[in-house]
Amino acid sequence: MYVAVKGGERAIENAHAWLAEERRGDTDIAELSIAQIREQLSLAVNRVMAEGSLYDPDLAALAIKQARGDLIEAIFLIRAYRTTLPRFGASEPVDTGAMACDRRISATFKDLPGGQVLGPTFDYTHRLLDFKLAADGDVPEAPSRETAADCVPHVTGFLNREGLIEEAPYDDAPPPDLTREPLEMPAERALRLQALTRADEGFTLGLAYSTQRGYARNHAFVGELRIGAVPVEMDIPELGFAVEIGEVTLTECETVNQFKGSKTEPPQFTRGYGLVFGQTERKAISMALVDRALRWEELGEDNVGAPAQDAEFVLYHADNIQATGFLEHIKLPHYVDFQSELELVRKLRREAGAQQVQEAAE
Amino acid sequence: MTEYNFAYLDEQTKRMIRRAILKGLAIPGYQVPFASREMPMPYGWGTGGVQVSAAVLTPEDTFKVIDQGADDTTNAVSIRTFFERTAGVNTTTTTSDASVIQTRHRIPEEPLSAGQILVYQVPIPEPLRFLEPRESETRKMHSLEEYGLMHVKLYEDISHHGHIATSYAYPVKVEGRYVMDPSPIPKFDNPKLGDMAAVQLFGAGREQRIYALPPYTQVVSLDFDDHPFEASKAGHPCGMCGAIDSYLDELIIDDAGGRMFVCSDTDYCEARQAAGHMGKDNGGKDAA
Repeated sequence: MYVAVKGGERAIENAHAWLAEERRGDTDIAELSIAQIREQLSLAVNRVMAEGSLYDPDLAALAIKQARGDLIEAIFLIRAYRTTLPRFGASEPVDTGAMACDRRISATFKDLPGGQVLGPTFDYTHRLLDFKLAADGDVPEAPSRETAADCVPHVTGFLNREGLIEEAPYDDAPPPDLTREPLEMPAERALRLQALTRADEGFTLGLAYSTQRGYARNHAFVGELRIGAVPVEMDIPELGFAVEIGEVTLTECETVNQFKGSKTEPPQFTRGYGLVFGQTERKAISMALVDRALRWEELGEDNVGAPAQDAEFVLYHADNIQATGFLEHIKLPHYVDFQSELELVRKLRREAGAQQVQEAAE
Repeated sequence: MTEYNFAYLDEQTKRMIRRAILKGLAIPGYQVPFASREMPMPYGWGTGGVQVSAAVLTPEDTFKVIDQGADDTTNAVSIRTFFERTAGVNTTTTTSDASVIQTRHRIPEEPLSAGQILVYQVPIPEPLRFLEPRESETRKMHSLEEYGLMHVKLYEDISHHGHIATSYAYPVKVEGRYVMDPSPIPKFDNPKLGDMAAVQLFGAGREQRIYALPPYTQVVSLDFDDHPFEASKAGHPCGMCGAIDSYLDELIIDDAGGRMFVCSDTDYCEARQAAGHMGKDNGGKDAA
């Protein structure tokens, strides 16, 4: 006997209670603190800040804790919180030239002003599980020294002096904001960069990788990759000048791309650009490669039909909060649509069956 | 954060959404881009409908939410609770008592009246999307009223299957101008779209589009003279209330695969049962 299903409300409440219990796990094990996540899972925190478009390590750590370590879920929590925040204004553009670099490498010049600074990188670690970490996490103190230069010039600036790299003309126009205006095509570069900087890391990485494997290959050199803190300044109308209100850590990647020239542009190096919150190296490099691929039109290159050249494809599918929401919505009830499909398939099968019977009789 | 603005969204955002709604009402069937906000529920789960509801709700409103016609499906419960919490509005399951009804995939069986607002959750607002994936192209096609592709698709259906093989999200033409996606309602519901006394608003959050049908708008389901549109449903009466005019869900009720058909509109079904109509699976004599 069928009884109309009631009690969805209670089922939801109970599911949430169970979820909270599962999130906590075995209560004999000490609970994670926000500070522990912020300090010891800082790259996860950085990713959540970058794709959540909100620079707040404590909130990102809280989101990671609440999301049980599911970073896309944590990004979602941050995005949903972010939209409720009032906007007091916009900062001055940050000057990455004034960055206090923790890391700064160039793959195009062996040495250069400011030097090569490896910084805290996984790059040359041997990926061997460190069983010592399972026992105790004590680390010897890393040696340190005073930084040599207070201002580290951009590598592309040196190329620019020779005119070997395309100009990046100064542009004072306020950039568009896809969190305030609907994303519409065609999207100018500033808007594409905004979409890419908060795009899903995996999606961006996959697209960037596809360009390396020949789907719109643009042979990128990492002209420079730098990671460090930059001051954020804001113009305070009452004061009449900009004051520093804090600092953010950024990863910036500038690629120098081979370019043999086109109908409209001379042979020169071209640029790809990545700028992402936090220490997010993989994402920043990926962003630069995808940015460069998307610039085919303004550089007069051919559209070879590669996914990474297709701004509509890239920008409409790069946001993991949109993607995961729509993907997972197919879990929701679709009884009604499915019922209409059932009726249709039954009808089509009946007709196909009748036709076969008739053909057999003929 | 403990305090939210009425109906969650800030007033600036609501104003922006209302402007999009008004534009949509002024150009029936036209998809108005709007700066959809990230909501505290996932994209694809009704964020467009929720934003439209948030923008039209007033403290005096009575709110009803249905998903698949039912008030008690989990996501309907979740959205209703959201507005109880953030707007403090009265909620109801009775169609005629509601001033704003948010729906996913159904139009209530009971005809709506003037003064009511029906808010649809829309996953893919673009009726041409699966014929042409590019937004830049489809917007051009709408502005040029270039709907040949859609007619070709429907014609191909007929040549393959003998009839149009679209059973839900069946495209309509609004006031002889815009081809519109009615959201994934079964085509059984399509005839209710036109000449409706209530205001119909469609919100697609992820796709950042709002469109609308003002009261008594002409809405025609696309068809051909020799293959007229036909609203279809399972050819059974409801097992619970015996209704023969309602859209039915099919349930599997035993291990042998036994079937039963029940109204998808739970309010309609319960009201009929309360009035003494009983279907054949409910000990009733209204059995067909």
